Amino acid sequence: MTCSRRDFLKEAVSTTAASVLPLGAFVFLSTEEAKAAVADSEARYAFLIDTNKCVGCGMCVKACKNENEVPYDAPVTRMWVERYIFTKDGKLHIDSPMGGRDGFTDNEVYGEDIDPDDIAKAFFVPKGCNHCDNPPCVQVCPVGATYQTKEGVVLVDRDWCMGCAYCIMACPFGARYFHPVEKVADKCTFCYHRISKGLQPACVQSCAFGARRIANLKDPDDPATKIITTERVAVLKDLYGTKPHAFYLGLDHDVR
Amino acid sequence: MSEEYVVHGAEWTVKQLFVYPNEYIYWSIQIVMYPFMTGLVAGAFVLSAMYHVFGQKDLKELARFSLVFSLALLPVAALPLLLHLQQPTRALEPLLTPHFTSAIAAFGIVITVYGLIVLAEIWYVYREYFVTQIEKLQNETGVLNALRRVVYRTLTIGATDISDAAVHADHKAAKIMAAVGIPTACFLHGYAGFIFGSVKANALWMSPLMPVIFILSAVVSGIALCMLTYIVIMESKAFWQRRQGSTLEAHEIRGAEKDVINKAARFLVVFLILAISLEILDLIFRGYTAMKSWDILRSVMYGKDFMNIFILQYTFGNLIPLTLLLLPGRTIKRTALAVLFVLFGVFMMRWNVVIGGQAFSLSFSGYMHYEIPIIPHSMETLKEGVVGALAVIAAPFLILWVLNAFLPSLGREVEGPK
Repeated sequence: MTCSRRDFLKEAVSTTAASVLPLGAFVFLSTEEAKAAVADSEARYAFLIDTNKCVGCGMCVKACKNENEVPYDAPVTRMWVERYIFTKDGKLHIDSPMGGRDGFTDNEVYGEDIDPDDIAKAFFVPKGCNHCDNPPCVQVCPVGATYQTKEGVVLVDRDWCMGCAYCIMACPFGARYFHPVEKVADKCTFCYHRISKGLQPACVQSCAFGARRIANLKDPDDPATKIITTERVAVLKDLYGTKPHAFYLGLDHDVR
Repeated sequence: MSEEYVVHGAEWTVKQLFVYPNEYIYWSIQIVMYPFMTGLVAGAFVLSAMYHVFGQKDLKELARFSLVFSLALLPVAALPLLLHLQQPTRALEPLLTPHFTSAIAAFGIVITVYGLIVLAEIWYVYREYFVTQIEKLQNETGVLNALRRVVYRTLTIGATDISDAAVHADHKAAKIMAAVGIPTACFLHGYAGFIFGSVKANALWMSPLMPVIFILSAVVSGIALCMLTYIVIMESKAFWQRRQGSTLEAHEIRGAEKDVINKAARFLVVFLILAISLEILDLIFRGYTAMKSWDILRSVMYGKDFMNIFILQYTFGNLIPLTLLLLPGRTIKRTALAVLFVLFGVFMMRWNVVIGGQAFSLSFSGYMHYEIPIIPHSMETLKEGVVGALAVIAAPFLILWVLNAFLPSLGREVEGPK
């Protein structure tokens, strides 16, 4: 077969055009466009967590486990409380036994008894799913079993999750695990069954100190939203670009 | 913990210091096996394609063998994923509702396309053989022979023309399939690397080099496995010939074997050096840039996993075989030992990536140690333990044994493409 330069160029152009044109029929939607196409919501929920108010009682963990039927004694949890202790020798001690479910009642951290006089500063940090705006867990689910509702809540479809654990690996916060009974990925649902009826999430309602609050970012009159928009708040691990929606007051830079 | 509350991963994860409550080693031995097996598939195919596409004539016999072996390995590449799923009955969902932003979603599609290419190439290579077998079996009696004839007739799919022109067209088609197959094989495996490399939450995995490192080590492991299997089969053939008293025949077999092995060993060395270079580059880069995660990574690499990484992977898996292959006066026995070390090294590399990536907490404040279940006491410890891994290793050899009845890939009676 002979092929002149002219023929080659002609063929090349037409082949490229023929292969590119059908691709043009596909439209890639940005997250915002996709959301707008579904319908807009009147709510975008977020957590407001005041670490200054948390006393580490673990009521939120208890309430969550009971409300959401996460086996009480299983060593996994939708939300947990971490204890940070900085001793005067510059060392940092962190622990969260059973997710802080039973409160922090002694001074022992991983076998080391810490003398209260040696403590430089100490505090508690309640954690859970951050219901990110750009959730990596949703991105990596191969079957679309995990998804984001129009209110920004990240959920798992238990009838469709195949249990590959890719979402668990993709979450930088460790918010996900396999449900010991259902054998599918499980995580905080923001108590979707409650908030969609106008109730508060179990953890928020059970917190006697107001350390955990729920905010509707689309409602400017929401008191928690007012704090988020007018005060200095921080999020966990913003380096990963997931746009977390759990906002913290009094977050220390050493919190992991 | 009562029986109904078995937390996946808690069985084999030992936590040390502060680890988030939900963190366990969720990706265990089967996820080590997955890139190891896909690597072997891709590598075996690349080896066979070298003969078809680049006309490496001395690799002819090894090429045909590695092509068939690649087919035997193919279904086994998906097996570890199936054994790892918490809901294995939903394994076909990625084909039904693929969510394409996920790196795993296209696995079914990629492996199917690749499988079709391998099948097509094998068909073009073996069609002539099928037809000659039908003719040969025509004069034989017996139910078994009749059955075999039916199988061969089915395998030809009605294309029984073995004129020179038709056979020539076959060879040309096989060559095209091999040429298309190389990028597909690389994609199949580079893609496995992407699955890990794109996990931004994991400090060890996230690297754009990951897919390239995976492809190179895949080619290394594929060539090594084909060489090893080839040596074992040819040596046993020579052994049986000698038992039957035909020393001349045995000598001939070993002579042919040596030529093939020498050539393949040269490719192995090149790819091995490329793979090691990139891995070392990755390591140096992490140390030099010293991001936040480096403190914990360093303590894992140079401390807890020193044995696995620097002794087992780099020394036994890379340095020793490289020395064995490069020192002059190489014998078949020494080559066999070297490729065995190479295979072990690639396995350790997969282990150190998959298990090593979960050896530290996402909090960078604690460690997780993996204790592989040896004696199973539940379905989970059976699937994701030593027994499950051994089953995955054994499966391709079983399949090869079955395939070999209809696709003999070693022996001079088979006329491959010219």
